[in-house]
Amino acid sequence: MSRGADGVTMLPGERGVQTPFRRFVSDYCESPLAVVAFFIAVVVLFIAIFSPWIAPTDPYDLKKLSILDNMLPPGSKSMSGTTFWLGTDALGRDMLSAIFYGLRTSILVAVSSAVAAQCIGIVVGLSAAYFGGIVDTLVMRLVDIKLGFPSILVALILLSILGPGVDKIIIALIVAQWPWYTRVMRSTALAERNREYIEAAQCLALGRARIVFRHLLPNCLPPMIVIGTVQVAHAVAIEATLSFLGLGLPPTEPSLGLLIANGFEFVLSGNYWISFFPGFALLIMIVSINLVGDQVREVLNPRLQR
Amino acid sequence: MTVYILRRTMQACVVVFLITLLVFSGINLIGDPVDLLVTPDCDAACLDQAHQALGLDLPVHEQYFVFMGNLLTGDLGRSFVFGTPVGSLILDRLPATLELALSAFFLTIICGIPLGLWAGLKPHSISGRTIMAGSILGFSLPSFWVGIIFIMFFGVELGWLPVNGRGQTVEIGGMHFSIFTLNGLAHIILPAFNLALTQIALVIRLTFSGVRETIFMDFIKFARAKGLSPFRVIFVHLLKNIVIPIVTVLGLELGGLLAYSLVTETVFSWPGLGKLLIDSINLLDRPVVVSYLTLVVIAFIVINLVVDILYSVLDPRVRLQGAKA
Repeated sequence: MSRGADGVTMLPGERGVQTPFRRFVSDYCESPLAVVAFFIAVVVLFIAIFSPWIAPTDPYDLKKLSILDNMLPPGSKSMSGTTFWLGTDALGRDMLSAIFYGLRTSILVAVSSAVAAQCIGIVVGLSAAYFGGIVDTLVMRLVDIKLGFPSILVALILLSILGPGVDKIIIALIVAQWPWYTRVMRSTALAERNREYIEAAQCLALGRARIVFRHLLPNCLPPMIVIGTVQVAHAVAIEATLSFLGLGLPPTEPSLGLLIANGFEFVLSGNYWISFFPGFALLIMIVSINLVGDQVREVLNPRLQR
Repeated sequence: MTVYILRRTMQACVVVFLITLLVFSGINLIGDPVDLLVTPDCDAACLDQAHQALGLDLPVHEQYFVFMGNLLTGDLGRSFVFGTPVGSLILDRLPATLELALSAFFLTIICGIPLGLWAGLKPHSISGRTIMAGSILGFSLPSFWVGIIFIMFFGVELGWLPVNGRGQTVEIGGMHFSIFTLNGLAHIILPAFNLALTQIALVIRLTFSGVRETIFMDFIKFARAKGLSPFRVIFVHLLKNIVIPIVTVLGLELGGLLAYSLVTETVFSWPGLGKLLIDSINLLDRPVVVSYLTLVVIAFIVINLVVDILYSVLDPRVRLQGAKA
């Protein structure tokens, strides 16, 4: 990808008002694919948040379900006249609505575990970098041990102990993911600690807490944002996989993984839609988050000399 | 070097101890397996008898010592559900998982490295870009869903390949293998590809970035200037220098294959260890779950240890760093 010497394309008259945020946005928009991915991610998020209001039917309201509508192929009409654009499952639930609700659960689990893991990572990584010595050694040994095992295995071990449930899978995902954040946070903080602006702040005799939280921490955030997006996508995939295996979420709170698992038994008889569409929604969500993460990394990477 | 290996081995033992403790005490907190095994009209005396027969009447820490003592002598206990020794149950399923994981490993190498090389040598061509875009997709696709798509497409729509179980097996040295029969080979293609897909994507990206970094180095220019054939430059000079990180990651990912075989085995009803674990978790078959997880943890720690040691053998820079620390 070739760029002008200036590095940033600007409209005339805009030169005076270039904030870091604007530069970030204009750099980000260089890749049309990433822009499309961003909009898809926003739409998915919107659907997830507002699913109870925008879903055509409430798939878990037993009164509204009709068993006569079961296993209808995509596009069929129901007994009462509504169209099931993505078909229905074995209980006559509208797949489109079920996917909307499933997205909600999947995103809730992935985002809340990612946020918690990120907070733990920031605190632990920052302390490891700040205190050094035995704290650092202990933390990094723990991180190395954990990273020796695939996240899915760690989550699986925990869930086989804890049993299914939304809170349990969030705990499992946090345990599986905090080391990634911690490692990135520590290495970034170690690199930033020796930079001139920290030295300058020390020369100004600013307090320790102020240096760490006002100067060091904000400068460590860009890599954390990048790894955060990648890990959210990862969390969505792990949660779906565990739910598919029957270890993640209980059937009362179906995520996309559980919807796919429910449809799996009908695949061999050719009723593809029950498994296919939730999986496709999952795929779109993961790919768009990954593409956004990729472009954010490109833009924020100082080595690429923007 | 000896000190390094010793220190790593001791550390590994501590980790094994901690994780067995965690898994064992954790498993004891969920559900009483006896409830699933006895008939509904079983009274208190009959329940006590069942507990006694399974060794569940002892305090938890004594159960752990019994378990660890047995583990050290190679006895993994008896499955609650099957009533057979866990060791033989696991040995029975092991060949299926091993042959699946090794086939996937083989596919990863023969697909990943050539594709990554091609994309790295021609990064701006359509084929190169397609390969790299495909690798992003390979990363993002949830593997269980890909397995279902494989079943739908190749199994149900086209009817080309079988999608269920291992097919015909032959017995070699008391173990059953399916890759040596034509029918078994047809059964393994889809699961192996499914399992390998993420790893292939990973190896493609690693090889790609390795090639991109190395191709501008002076020794490559020099090899070209010397008039060596492009074939020799690529396969001897270039490949030799990018292979170290690939070897490490492949070694570590062998463990990943083991973990993800859980998913693939469930999707394709492959009668391996992963399916055994998932079934056992659902049936609260405690000895099987604990033994399996313990064995997997030990396997992982051994793999990590071997890879670390191999790495320091292959790359002198790592050795120097280790000596300093």
